[in-house]
Amino acid sequence: MTHRGSRVLHVGSLSRVEGEGSLHLRIRGEEVAEARLAIFEPPRFFEAFLRGRSYTEPPDITSRICGICPVAYQLSACRAIEDACGVTVDGQLAALRRLMYCGEWIESHTLHVHLLHAPDFHGCANVVELARSRRADVERGLRLKQAGNAIIELLGGRAVHPVNVRLGGFHRVPSRSELRPLEEQLRRAREDAALTVRWVAGFDFPEAGCDHDLLALAEPDRYAVESGTPTVMPAPHTAGLPATSRRALPTRTFGVREFGDHVVERQVPHSTALHARLDGRRHLTGPLARYAISGRLLSPIALQAAQDAGLGDPRQGVVCRNPYRSIVVRAVEVLHAVDEALRLIDAYEPPPRPYVDVPPRAGTGHGATEAPRGLLHHRYTLDAEGTVTDAVLVPPTAQNQDAIEEDLRRTVQEHLRSGEPTDAELTALCERAVRNHDPCISCSTHFLDLTVDRAAHSD
Amino acid sequence: MNAEPRRRPRLAVWKFASCDGCQLTLLDCEDELLGLAEQVEIAHFLEASSASAPGPYDLSLVEGSVTTAQDVERVHHIRAVSRRLVTIGACATAGGVQALRNYADVAEFQAAVYARPDYVATLATSTPISAHVPVDFELRGCPVDRRQLLEVITAHLAGRRPAVPAHSVCFECKQRGTVCVTVAHGTPCLGPVTHAGCGAVCPTFGRGCYGCFGPSDSTNFPAFVPLLRRDGMDTLDVVRVLRTFNTAAPEFDAASRKELER
Ligand code: SF4
Ligand code: SF4
Repeated sequence: MTHRGSRVLHVGSLSRVEGEGSLHLRIRGEEVAEARLAIFEPPRFFEAFLRGRSYTEPPDITSRICGICPVAYQLSACRAIEDACGVTVDGQLAALRRLMYCGEWIESHTLHVHLLHAPDFHGCANVVELARSRRADVERGLRLKQAGNAIIELLGGRAVHPVNVRLGGFHRVPSRSELRPLEEQLRRAREDAALTVRWVAGFDFPEAGCDHDLLALAEPDRYAVESGTPTVMPAPHTAGLPATSRRALPTRTFGVREFGDHVVERQVPHSTALHARLDGRRHLTGPLARYAISGRLLSPIALQAAQDAGLGDPRQGVVCRNPYRSIVVRAVEVLHAVDEALRLIDAYEPPPRPYVDVPPRAGTGHGATEAPRGLLHHRYTLDAEGTVTDAVLVPPTAQNQDAIEEDLRRTVQEHLRSGEPTDAELTALCERAVRNHDPCISCSTHFLDLTVDRAAHSD
Repeated sequence: MNAEPRRRPRLAVWKFASCDGCQLTLLDCEDELLGLAEQVEIAHFLEASSASAPGPYDLSLVEGSVTTAQDVERVHHIRAVSRRLVTIGACATAGGVQALRNYADVAEFQAAVYARPDYVATLATSTPISAHVPVDFELRGCPVDRRQLLEVITAHLAGRRPAVPAHSVCFECKQRGTVCVTVAHGTPCLGPVTHAGCGAVCPTFGRGCYGCFGPSDSTNFPAFVPLLRRDGMDTLDVVRVLRTFNTAAPEFDAASRKELER
């Protein structure tokens, strides 16, 4: 495949990511002509078949978009439909939702940190191989993941596609004493999470930066999880700073209902997925964005752990723009989520009813939450009987795709300048660059099938 | 039954159109994962490993349904290199939620989602693996149950039939001592026609079963549907609940068509 001065690299199947995707790289001389993250997850047409369903169904149906973040789908759908119906869920019901979402952050982030991403930093092919040299670290990860699953199972009935979530709240809410056994497990998990931050902070991180706009939900007084206002921190180059800059820039916000005016998806010819752009520019959602925008609101122990791990103090306006360090931010968010879960359990009083009524009405509603991988937005239009007439779902990976491709391009470009990497080296490098973002390719609500640019092989 | 008894059996995990939830269930076996990995060689499992070894494989677990022309080729290849092929989950066993396209005009679906539907290559149907190749065992559920998955894997490694009961969710409610939500609260529940395996999760949470494990081995829809009606479901409600995660399961499909004929 290698030609003098010009080559094409095609990685047919990305591994250790969720869902199926591939990479396509075209290099001319020392320049990267094209870097493409291709998603060949076959289309599953969720938005199409949601039309005609009852407004009570999207929470269960859309959870099947992604087995790794079903809670994110369930709660984004609930919020959007409740918004359409003019209902607000607050108090202890909202707290229980947040608790369940913490379970998903713990489970999903830990899966990524230990099983999918950490093997990269130890030159291992998988977690089983990693366990040969780092048994205690892997076992700690499995225990931590189990703690996240335990929260979802207790509140939702099972870890994948929990059954207990409904519009307005839950089918059944736990008593205080039912939550108690979680406390012991979570206290252990808090130690495990703190140790995990220390473990990953010691990994060897390549120097790197990114100059994407960052987008995350934000709340005035807490680290946003299941609600918040879309908030943008612009890219460093807009202020004449380098991509590696660790300075925070002033943020701007827009309402959840204006989401579609700002984040616009377009279909790209010869590519694979709808690419979303934020006000016409490339943007990134997920842990790096959340940490930059809300890092100062992390729980005290998570904030301290972040500083000890070298992420800098977000209260002093320090942000982390090195995509490789996203594994550290994820670990910090796990610690925060465990701490937050303990706080919520401690403050829990069973609400008088497990749900509030959500009577149908005609209208359009929006809901956005912070899935572990980034901002997830749902929009539904209902008729007066509550039948869904239109649905638009914007998953994080569709939003991150341009940013991931830019990271790929930059990474490969730097390596071309500093030597002559082989195809195998480039492949490993690119897979790592992709895994930094934990892309959730299964979220193929409207991803396309890949058409490989075979003609490129003949250059 | 093998010439080299000490060789570790080779396991492969494959994905077609799906949400990854059934494969994730395997990774969710936190207590058993490392032990299992000592007993088997995980030869191919893209989500979990960047190392992939060529077949043949002793056991292939297949998640997801067939929705593209390439899928059809791939499933034949997987069958050819697998001694045993087990489907995991409603997608692989009954076409999954994406089989809702089977009732629709896919061209119209594409146009609803994509500005340029001509870029999208897809089949008009979503079909289970068994529609294309012989399957040795089908494990139901959306998602599969963790304990059942482990049972299926260990049974196949030991060369015995998995102990996975074929009765309905009702039995699991009785076993668990869960009060029947239909009898006690008049809640519509698909438990009587739904395959056991989940441990009757929904009724235990005060919710009617919505059929995510697909049809049980003996279903009697003519007797069952009037119960749903008595508990307040109209024709469209009945059709919708049958046409969700196991819509291409023949029993659910036939019962939903019968409803629409009324
Ligand atoms: S059966 Fe359900 S859980 Fe399993 S892959 Fe399909 S959609 Fe996901
Ligand atoms: S009770 Fe029914 S819908 Fe609920 S998990 Fe079990 S099989 Fe699925």
